[in-house]
This record gives sequence, C-alpha cells and structure tokens, in this order.
Amino acid sequence: MRILYFAWLRTKIGVPAETVELPAEVTTVGALVEWLKTRSERHADALANSKVVKVAVNQEHVPYDHPLSPGDEVALFPPVTGG
Amino acid sequence: MTVRVQAEDFDVGAEYAALTAGRTSVGGVTLFAGLVRDIAGGEAVSAMTLEHYPGMTERQLEAIEAEARRRWPLDEVLIVHRYGRLEPGDQIVLVATASAHRDAAFDSCRFLIDWLKTRAPFWKLEATPGGERWVEAKDSDDAAAARWVE
Repeated sequence: MRILYFAWLRTKIGVPAETVELPAEVTTVGALVEWLKTRSERHADALANSKVVKVAVNQEHVPYDHPLSPGDEVALFPPVTGG
Repeated sequence: MTVRVQAEDFDVGAEYAALTAGRTSVGGVTLFAGLVRDIAGGEAVSAMTLEHYPGMTERQLEAIEAEARRRWPLDEVLIVHRYGRLEPGDQIVLVATASAHRDAAFDSCRFLIDWLKTRAPFWKLEATPGGERWVEAKDSDDAAAARWVE
C-alpha cells in the first residue's frame, strides 16, 4: 500500500511517501496509524498525537474507523491551513 | 466549474472581467482575495511556503464548489489558490461568486473561503526570525466552517 506524508509529517518521518506491506490484521485507518508507529522512532514521534494526524483515502477525508482496501492511496497530514 | 491551483500570481481585474463577460443575467459579484501578512502570532513573517496535495486539492475544491452551487443559485464560481513560496503582500487565494442577487453572491463567497480553509489540503510554512515553523490550524477556522453545517 502506498502511503503519502505531507507538511511536518513528511519532514518528521523524513520521506514524502513509502510503500508498505500491511499485516492482515491492519484493516482500518486507525490500525494503520498504530502499525506505522512501530516502523521507526521517527514514525512513532511524528504520529504520537493522533488528534493532529488527519487521513485521506483515495483523496477523500476519512475518519479513523474507515476500512482499507488493497490499492488504496492513503495520505497522512496535519490539519490543513490553506486559504 | 472553475478551480485552479497554480504557482503563478493572478490578476483580480482580469479574473473579474472574465467572470462577467457576456453574463447579463449576473446582478452581483463578490470577490475575496487572501494575502500573505507580514506578522503572525506576534512574530515577523518574511516568507510563506504553501505545500499541497496535488490531485486531492483540485478534487476537494471542486467538491466545495459543487456544494456552494447546490446551496445557492450561482451563475459563476471561481477559486484560484496558489502554492509555492510567497512573500508578504503576495496574493494567496481568490474566491469569486456571481449571481442574480447579492445575498447569494455574498453568502456563497463566505461559505467557500470558510470551507476551503478546513477541507482543502494546503499547509503553510512560515519563515520567521526564529526559523521556519508550520502554521497550526486555528479553532476559529473550525468555528467559521461549523456555521455552515446544515
């Protein structure tokens, strides 16, 4: 699965995107965020406060209980600050 | 349907002229232009860099425009949002709405900028004397958007 990172999540984790092989038990956005924390100290630090980690699946904002499907484009980012 | 995400500056006069050309049913136009301020949170800002999520940005702006058109009778809608490095005084965003009557033009323009601020995937990085810092989302922006929840 392709995971994209933006803004300070990108700079804290150190890459703009990565491709990961998800364990079978990771079936929701919330489980994905928890699993990503185990990948490295940088991931754990960047994702520590889930209140400021927003998620889009296939370019739509989704809540943490949103289910994941193979081939989804998942993006993690802080609350948006445009306009 | 007009949504543009671009690095280049825009000309409000030219955009206004294009929006109204040949549109004799339009009775009023509201335009909102957002600019880069030179101070934020009490600190001087020398530059601002806007990052966005290509693809999702356009998709979300088009969804926001469609929602405005569902709520108000609009002849034209224009959203132009810049990305990249900007300096104080530079234009960031333009929202324009055209309708037969002023209420629809005013209200929909306010709705569009309020919703855009909480839904379009842009992030601002400010350069200050103390270094670079990512702008934090404001509760007041969430409150402004919440007013429009049906």
